[in-house]
Amino acid sequence: MPDLIFTHFNYAVVIVLMMVGLYTIFATQNLIKKLVGLSVFQTSVFLLYITISKVEGGQPPIIVKSYGGGDHASLTETVQVASAAPVGTHGGSYGPEVLYSNPLPHVLILTAIVVGVATLAIGLALVVRIREVYGTIEKDEIDKLDYRFNLEGTDG
Amino acid sequence: MDLLSFFPEWVLTHGAALLVVLPLLLGAALAVVPSENAAWAISLIVAILCSLIAFALCVQTFGGESLTYAMGGWDPPHGIAYVIDSLSAPVLFLISLMAVLCLLYALPSVRAEVEPKKRAPFYAAFLTCLAGLLGMVTTGDAFNVFVFLEVSSISTYVLVGMGASRDRRALNASFNYLILGSIGATFFVVGLGFLYMETGTLNMADMARILRDLDGGSRVAQVAFAFIIIGLGLKLAMFPLHVWLPGAYAHSPSFVTAFLASTATKAALYLLLRFTFTVYDFEFNYVNSSVMFLLVGFGIAGMVFASLQAIFQTDARRTLAFSSVAQVGYMLLGIGLGTAAGAAAGYLHLINHAVIKGALFICLGAMWYRFGITRIADFRGLSKTMPWTMGAFTISALSLIGVPFTAGFVSKYKLAAAVAGEGWWWAVGVIVVSSILAIIYMGNILKEAYFREPPIVNGEVVARNEAPLMMLIPMWALALASISIGLNSDVIVATANNAAELLFPLADALPGGIFQ
Amino acid sequence: MNPHVILRVVAKFLIPLIVMFAFYVQFHGDYGPGGGFQAGVILAAAVILYALIFGLDAAKKAVPPAIVRIGMSLGVLFYGGTGVVTWLLGANYLEYGVLASDPADGQHYGILAVELGVLFSVASVMVAIFYAFGSRQPDLSDEDW
Repeated sequence: MPDLIFTHFNYAVVIVLMMVGLYTIFATQNLIKKLVGLSVFQTSVFLLYITISKVEGGQPPIIVKSYGGGDHASLTETVQVASAAPVGTHGGSYGPEVLYSNPLPHVLILTAIVVGVATLAIGLALVVRIREVYGTIEKDEIDKLDYRFNLEGTDG
Repeated sequence: MDLLSFFPEWVLTHGAALLVVLPLLLGAALAVVPSENAAWAISLIVAILCSLIAFALCVQTFGGESLTYAMGGWDPPHGIAYVIDSLSAPVLFLISLMAVLCLLYALPSVRAEVEPKKRAPFYAAFLTCLAGLLGMVTTGDAFNVFVFLEVSSISTYVLVGMGASRDRRALNASFNYLILGSIGATFFVVGLGFLYMETGTLNMADMARILRDLDGGSRVAQVAFAFIIIGLGLKLAMFPLHVWLPGAYAHSPSFVTAFLASTATKAALYLLLRFTFTVYDFEFNYVNSSVMFLLVGFGIAGMVFASLQAIFQTDARRTLAFSSVAQVGYMLLGIGLGTAAGAAAGYLHLINHAVIKGALFICLGAMWYRFGITRIADFRGLSKTMPWTMGAFTISALSLIGVPFTAGFVSKYKLAAAVAGEGWWWAVGVIVVSSILAIIYMGNILKEAYFREPPIVNGEVVARNEAPLMMLIPMWALALASISIGLNSDVIVATANNAAELLFPLADALPGGIFQ
Repeated sequence: MNPHVILRVVAKFLIPLIVMFAFYVQFHGDYGPGGGFQAGVILAAAVILYALIFGLDAAKKAVPPAIVRIGMSLGVLFYGGTGVVTWLLGANYLEYGVLASDPADGQHYGILAVELGVLFSVASVMVAIFYAFGSRQPDLSDEDW
């Protein structure tokens, strides 16, 4: 059992981060802290992707041969080789000369990070507006205000 | 008659990409357009062009062939491919057509509900949302699905939050939606990560091939399936995960509600179909059992409990929002059957429900526009003060309940037939019970409108005050669509059957076809 | 006498270097690590550093919010426009190969144009977010928080 955890420690870290994030989102009433939880939760996914892209003994996936040059066909081939690199199979060698780590998850996570930043920015903007309108950023108090608002029937 | 001859050749070849690029680019351009009317006109033109393209794609794929568009010229599975087939094309057409109709309605509605300074960016956010929705249906690349899912979701949070100038609760609703929507998307992307670990590819067709070769794959693929279903379940408001939906629908600007109710959950449902039946295979044990028990169980629970909740709402928009959750239950029941007939019925209900709910929310928006009312108690006498609006509302309400000769009846009948075909008579009972509950909650609204006199304000009976023409056109178009589907459902049933055949390729071989 | 003299002087030295580094990361992006996202954030960091040291008003004078807003759209249009150009040249969307007579050169031009769009968008969005939060006048005093 400890062996399993030590050889898969990246997954252990991912799971811990994920649960910390998820717990924070649901346990706290503070909207900012909820967003912090959300960020931690999303970060765990980034880590998951990044760690699975590592190929044991693999170099950073930068083509070392030459700048420019080469025809379209060879370029296509390189890209295909890169994206077909084995995933999660540690130590598997690919290609005749150089072993690269898989770059694709990094690209994906770059996108996911941008998505996360956008979500966070909108979330914070909403919190600022909520604070201005409601005068609080505690979820339970906001819900109480909303409930009272509903009872008074001043809708619209 | 060859409908395709009206379209230039170039549009037909590049239609799949054009459909996403057009709203995305012009959405970005709109962010700097100062004039609200220009922004509206551009959005409308884009939506019309999109629906024309989507229509062309529908016609092209009607025979069951699928179109693949290689983004950047990189061939799949390594490049990103946009795939249009008879499952996705009708959803694309539905989304872009609803965008056109909602935009017609938007001009007066947005003027009444959104602050002047925010109107042009509002349309920009709307076009971005449209691009996201169209993109997630078009793309054949699993990670691309996530990106477009988030493009549409993030712009939706903005759109919902814009309701704050009318109703401050929109902010709280938008925040809840943001938290739960992001959790859903993150679950989805975790699932994709596991799926990528298992298959080493992101192309959905390639994933499907590898998973079939592996005969369902290891536990990693199973975990991936669980994450994907939960993530999509949050996005499509599967019953216990629906808590974001009533708030978001009730407090956002009414234009946004109408558009979201008829498209956002539908696109997520499309993804559910895609992942359960195309990427994974219903033959896999874990898919089979989880779909049978999870989707059907939650679908049925949603049909009953969400309908019950709908009855006890005082706000008409919340009633309809809970009703949406219940209707999603019908679709899940159809999908969960795991037969071609069930999937076709679910798909049919997906289209019909979009038409019905779009009309209902547009009507509610018109009522707010004229009288500033959303509470059911304030609806009294509306049949006299807004007869045309109430007429469209009534037709759509009857269609929602499932009265014969309306769209709702067609899909509910097909669903009941599909369920009965499997011998699940108890499920037919649940459909009937849920429809009765629908009679009660829609009846509550209709009763106020028809059997009570208009209220007296300042000693005078409230005068007749019909909604403006720009609102009447889309609501009646949808209401008439509802009736015409009810009277002659051949085309739309054939569309649904085509889609189901794609998901269950063996359906042809079964005796008697799909619907008997 | 200005407060924070050291900060101001160091910042005046650093900001041009940060901007230079941003463009290095940008244009080196198709050979090595780097690209529009990273460059955009570095460029935005230069503006934000300027705003932190010299005040928001000075930053807004140097980089007006109107330009930032246009930059956000322009970036997306640049990215998408590259695709439209490849369409006009008769290829698939974003098929860079047709941008030059040699397809490999075309790939370079294409990715450079796209990354330039990303640079515009990311830098402007970062600065816009900073401006939006920074220039908000709280209608409640700080003690209430």
